[in-house]
Amino acid sequence: MSINWYKYSSPSSFYSLAGKMIPVFAVLAAILLVSGLYVGFFVAPTDFQQGEAYRIIFIHVPAAWMSMFLYVVMAIWAGIGLAFNTRLSSMMATAIAPTGAMFTFLALWTGSLWGKPMWGTWWVWDARLTSELILLFLYIGFMSLQAAIDDPRRADKAGAIIALVGVVNIPIIYFSVQWWNTLHQGASVSVNQAPAMASTMLTGMLIMVFAAWMYAIAVILKRVRVIILEREGHTAWVAELQKEGIA
Amino acid sequence: MKPRHKKLAMIVAGVTALGVASVLVLNAFQSNLVFFFSPTQVVAKEAPIGKSFRIGGLVTEGSVQRDNSGTKIHFSVTDTSHTIPVVYTGILPDLFKEGKGVVAQGKMSDNGVFLADEVLAKHDENYMPPEAAEALEKAAKTQKASLAE
Repeated sequence: MSINWYKYSSPSSFYSLAGKMIPVFAVLAAILLVSGLYVGFFVAPTDFQQGEAYRIIFIHVPAAWMSMFLYVVMAIWAGIGLAFNTRLSSMMATAIAPTGAMFTFLALWTGSLWGKPMWGTWWVWDARLTSELILLFLYIGFMSLQAAIDDPRRADKAGAIIALVGVVNIPIIYFSVQWWNTLHQGASVSVNQAPAMASTMLTGMLIMVFAAWMYAIAVILKRVRVIILEREGHTAWVAELQKEGIA
Repeated sequence: MKPRHKKLAMIVAGVTALGVASVLVLNAFQSNLVFFFSPTQVVAKEAPIGKSFRIGGLVTEGSVQRDNSGTKIHFSVTDTSHTIPVVYTGILPDLFKEGKGVVAQGKMSDNGVFLADEVLAKHDENYMPPEAAEALEKAAKTQKASLAE
């Protein structure tokens, strides 16, 4: 049995597919969020040097990872849209940006709340913090530029350029703690090393990471559906939906 | 090559060129991206002289001394090969401890003492329950003892 994947590159069929997927991801996000917070706050042990305050890690790290990951996904969709002129890819990029910006803000905000009691400061201009702030500006720049251009196809192209240029910032954020002296500590979890965390702490954090993933997918699909309706408003199938009173 | 493949190739080439450019720029600015200098760099006169800068390392074991007045504190920062004495007046972060990481901002005085006006704690990336930390410490001590024998 083979699935015709190209079928779903058309906005109309993706619209209905996304509609079916949203509840699944939303429910998974809710279950994972509740169990992740439970493990994080009640099962994971107190830390030997930071006490209870370290528990903000269960929000901070998933938010920071998602902020970087979503940017890469956004840039890939924007790049595909730019290269192949596929409408849906550009719509995906547009739909990802606000969620990515939200996670970036969350990472900066929780980091600041964490920095004050542990490091002794809300904010320092070290390489890690500064490059993450630049990421927030890139997301905001992408969204404002797209909002400023009336013709959606030109907006897609202009946005794609920002998204692709900004991709160089992602490895800078990730490796900043290795390349330069920073106040921010190195990675506790990385591909080529055993994690420097107790296993229940790690479990709680990974559950929260999956919760963030599921949430991001659900919200982005919801947003892309709205964008599809907006941009395909002139087509027959949208008119049909309206007649049926579904949209 | 189809036009759309050409376009894709151009995008890939553009992003690659941009990546190379940023690597070169970051390399050129290497010294400006440093958040703090190590005691070795300070001794080697790599840190700015007469200007405010940050020094980072570990708080030397047994070096922390408080004045009778209470808020003035003397300690030294080490990277195990060089040690710099520091004077600071103010409130220290909770994680400030002997043998732990620290970053201090201030100026070098003429007599080689670093006059700090801000002290931040730099913690490591390890997270574990206190019992595990104790066990690790004990293991390190027995290892040291067996090495000494």
